[in-house]
Amino acid sequence: MTEAVRQYEPVIGIEIHVQLATRTKMFCGCELSFGEEPNTRTCPVCLAHPGVLPVTNAEAVHFGLMIGLALGCEIAPSSIFHRKNYFYPDSPKAYQISQYDIPLCTGGRLGDVRIHRVHLEEDAAKLVHAGSSGRIHGAESSVVDFNRCGTPLVEIVTEPDLRSAAEAAEFGRLLQATLRRMGVSDVNMEEGSLRVDANVSIRPAGQASFGTKTELKNMNSFRFLERGIEAEVARQEQLLAEGGTIQQETLHFDPEAGSLTSLRSKEEAHDYRYFPEPDLVPMAPTEEMLVRARAALPELPAARAERLERELELPADTAKLLSFRSELGDFYETALAADSDHPRRLANWTINELTAAVGDGDPADTKLEPPVLARLVAMVADKQVSASAAREVLAVLIAKGGDPAQVIEAQGLGRAGEEELGDIVDRAIADNPDAVEKIRAGKQQAIGALVGAVMRETKGRADGGEVQQMIRAKLGE
Amino acid sequence: MSDLLGLTAATQAELIASGEVSGAEVFEFWRGRAAEDDLGAYLWVEEETPADPGRLPPVAVKDLFCVEGVPSSAGSRILEGYLPVYTATSVRNLQEAGAAVLGKTNQDEFAMGSSNENSGFGPVQNPWDRGRVPGGSSGGSAAAVAAGTAPWAIGTDTGGSIRQPASLCGIVGLKPTYGAVSRYGMIAFASSLDQCGPLTRDVTDAALMLRALEGRDPCDSTSLGLPEAVTLPSAERLDGLRFGAWGLAEEGLDPGVAEVCRRTLDRIEELGGGVQEIELPSAGHGISAYYVVAPAEASANLARYDGVRYGYRSPHYDDLLGMYENTRAEGFGEEVKRRIMIGTYALSSGYYEAYYGTAQKVRSKIAQDFAAAFEQVDFVVTPTSPTVAFELGERTADPLAMYLSDYFTVPMPLAGIPAVSIPCGLSEGLPVGFQIAGPAFSESRILDAAYALERTIGFEGVPVP
Amino acid sequence: MIDRDQVLHVARLSRLRLTDEELERMPGELSKILDHVEKMDELDLEGIEPTTHVVELQNVLREDVPRPSLPRERALAGAPDVADGGFRVPSPGGS
Ligand SMILES: [Mg+2]
Ligand SMILES: [Zn+2]
Repeated sequence: MTEAVRQYEPVIGIEIHVQLATRTKMFCGCELSFGEEPNTRTCPVCLAHPGVLPVTNAEAVHFGLMIGLALGCEIAPSSIFHRKNYFYPDSPKAYQISQYDIPLCTGGRLGDVRIHRVHLEEDAAKLVHAGSSGRIHGAESSVVDFNRCGTPLVEIVTEPDLRSAAEAAEFGRLLQATLRRMGVSDVNMEEGSLRVDANVSIRPAGQASFGTKTELKNMNSFRFLERGIEAEVARQEQLLAEGGTIQQETLHFDPEAGSLTSLRSKEEAHDYRYFPEPDLVPMAPTEEMLVRARAALPELPAARAERLERELELPADTAKLLSFRSELGDFYETALAADSDHPRRLANWTINELTAAVGDGDPADTKLEPPVLARLVAMVADKQVSASAAREVLAVLIAKGGDPAQVIEAQGLGRAGEEELGDIVDRAIADNPDAVEKIRAGKQQAIGALVGAVMRETKGRADGGEVQQMIRAKLGE
Repeated sequence: MSDLLGLTAATQAELIASGEVSGAEVFEFWRGRAAEDDLGAYLWVEEETPADPGRLPPVAVKDLFCVEGVPSSAGSRILEGYLPVYTATSVRNLQEAGAAVLGKTNQDEFAMGSSNENSGFGPVQNPWDRGRVPGGSSGGSAAAVAAGTAPWAIGTDTGGSIRQPASLCGIVGLKPTYGAVSRYGMIAFASSLDQCGPLTRDVTDAALMLRALEGRDPCDSTSLGLPEAVTLPSAERLDGLRFGAWGLAEEGLDPGVAEVCRRTLDRIEELGGGVQEIELPSAGHGISAYYVVAPAEASANLARYDGVRYGYRSPHYDDLLGMYENTRAEGFGEEVKRRIMIGTYALSSGYYEAYYGTAQKVRSKIAQDFAAAFEQVDFVVTPTSPTVAFELGERTADPLAMYLSDYFTVPMPLAGIPAVSIPCGLSEGLPVGFQIAGPAFSESRILDAAYALERTIGFEGVPVP
Repeated sequence: MIDRDQVLHVARLSRLRLTDEELERMPGELSKILDHVEKMDELDLEGIEPTTHVVELQNVLREDVPRPSLPRERALAGAPDVADGGFRVPSPGGS
């Protein structure tokens, strides 16, 4: 088994469907649905009544262009929609309007991964299991809710450039952060506004051609994506090691059981009978449309991370975190604009102390103002307040707002002065002769007991490192 | 009031405008006429006179136009009882111009047919000879206007479905340029070909109705409207106009029909027009291209009739596949199923290029033929139908023979250009239609030429018993 | 030419259940139509672009402005089988 793992190289490409955050659907004026009662966001067009016609949402095209430009794609001078024909209750027209051989964008790159294409299409309806129906002799029945039907989607397809499950998940996170930063989608995987499929194959290391690929459908978190790919790679390796062959099929990963099940239906092989949608005319982005899309692009996470690392000399991981969670990066950079003396310390406070307090939330939603954080961090740097006391101050500022100096004053959290601290250290030495003995005998760890005593006494208004230095000095170490 | 019967819609509109008769009286009169229809032309007739019927006479509407709250089934059992929740733009335009909906007219199911025998609700009889077909697919609209149970009507033309029944019933039928009239609310047959247009007693009425119908519609991405307002025709002469005659030597053309059409060419010359024979080398392949493109698009357009959201659902099923297959097998008629099969086959994996791809190239060739012709002539003229109205049942056993009824009318929609059919005489006591086609958006010029000819021909309508 | 198996395949793709009589009749009937259709191969189509749209329009777009949706009762009014505020169907894959 270990041998096999070394012999094969995974080849992974991913396909991402993103629901666009427009106000209305792709081809009709119904508002997008956010958990409304079923079938309250429908009209003749999205219910595919006889005689209706689609009309393309300009904002969806705009978002599509923004995504294409963000990913460095080539924008097609003229692209068209096709009909993709299949019968299923979630597809009221029995065809999906989608782009086929002339998509809006082709080529491009995000990080090290090449983008194959980016195209526009419409989402399907939702099927809800309804249990047994008396009407059909106890047969299982489902109920169709067309609220989601027609939601604008962008499908992003990568080249098979990913070589491990971890790389795939990492790429997915970067793409998610990028799209979120652009404001074109909610990119929420649990709610399905971002859906990921992976095409997975393996090949002997060093071989240029690809093996047969399988498709992993609809994983609702990047963690599951990673685990699903790992499981599928392992399954393929084992199959080949046992002399078997890989079947082209679609698989579902069950994250709880860690198992893969084939979704291959007993239906005939798909024959989508694509043909150009006669109800729509070509989209030929004008210079004006491109200028508008370009102007709408913010600095994207990859570029921001690179800039923070280069200009502020932040560690790569810190720069990346501030960029992937742009709300943190925005807070950080606003704070930094107020006081630019301590970029690294401020970054650490942002990604450590601030995130510890707000979790996945946005610090801008708290009472804390970015310049106030900058001031607090400056006071720590200037030793006006100890780090541990500053943490308490931060908690107050987040909850109630206000000014750090006032909070310190009001709560008596000001840093212990040299003299006061000296007295406290002397007392600690006097009160702990055993520890002093051990330190003198070379047991360095014993100093912790003395530091602890001082910290308790100062209620955190002193800095641990400094206390330690003072103890050593007093003990003549 | 019976004197309204012999009047054109334009004349009735003048009477309403001058206050000689009220819109309500006109509506009432036609409602009574429509209710007496015994040709099978109507599937539904309005029972109440609207509060404000408007300043134009009411209009008979082909069943495949959606009218809010009015049964609209496109002649199909699969939509029996379907009540649209919205009204087609073309119908709304007519209502806004002052023409109320008089009733819904019978048609070939989903506009697939040339005889109206493919209706899910029974055939329509030709008022000239009840043993004969009125043509199709807008057979009910044509028969109603010809028989005087409607002052005028709208229909749809995909491969000839306005012009051919107009020809067989001895009335005027106009297929506008693709994009001139909104398709929103017209139950789709073949989206790249379908156009709505008037079926009227004379050319002036056709112009009057086109004026109300045309216009860019934000609900139809392929609609443009006409570049200039439609003028009412007034030409008396055809001086300086060049007419290119096509198809008079075709094998399948009935000699009687050819003879009447030749006489019409003579009249063009008498009016000062020039006539020359022209070649449309690819137009003869129009039927082939049409019977790929139209069924292919139809196979997708008709896929929505699945028994889920509206319309018929078979009671015989025990799973989803069974529900789909039985609903569609029971709800659709023979011809519709045949075309869905052809269209699905033509699009299916491995056959797309050979059929659909090739047919779309043939369309380009036909459009090139017309473009070349319009370098030499102002209009292309042809017989509308190769024969006069044929007997009910005569062609039902031979689909291909039925398809060839559209030989002269199919090339124009394939190229997207407008064409009108006007009655030009009788052969064997039955009307013969003469077709005038022009470049895209030349409706006003086509109607002007048709008007001049109409005046010299002096065609009398169906002898009303 | 289209044979019986192809007719069955296409009928399945089209979701049409054919009767024995139709299955008997259709291969011949459709073949005759297709034979006629195939005559278009006589044309020289070298270098000819296919027509997808006869109107020269592009970028027909709609502003992203909501329009009222249908009240649910109206959306469901014509449905053959309604349950739980939705359109009921036999479950896909189940029977
Ligand atoms: Mg897709
Ligand atoms: Zn809608």
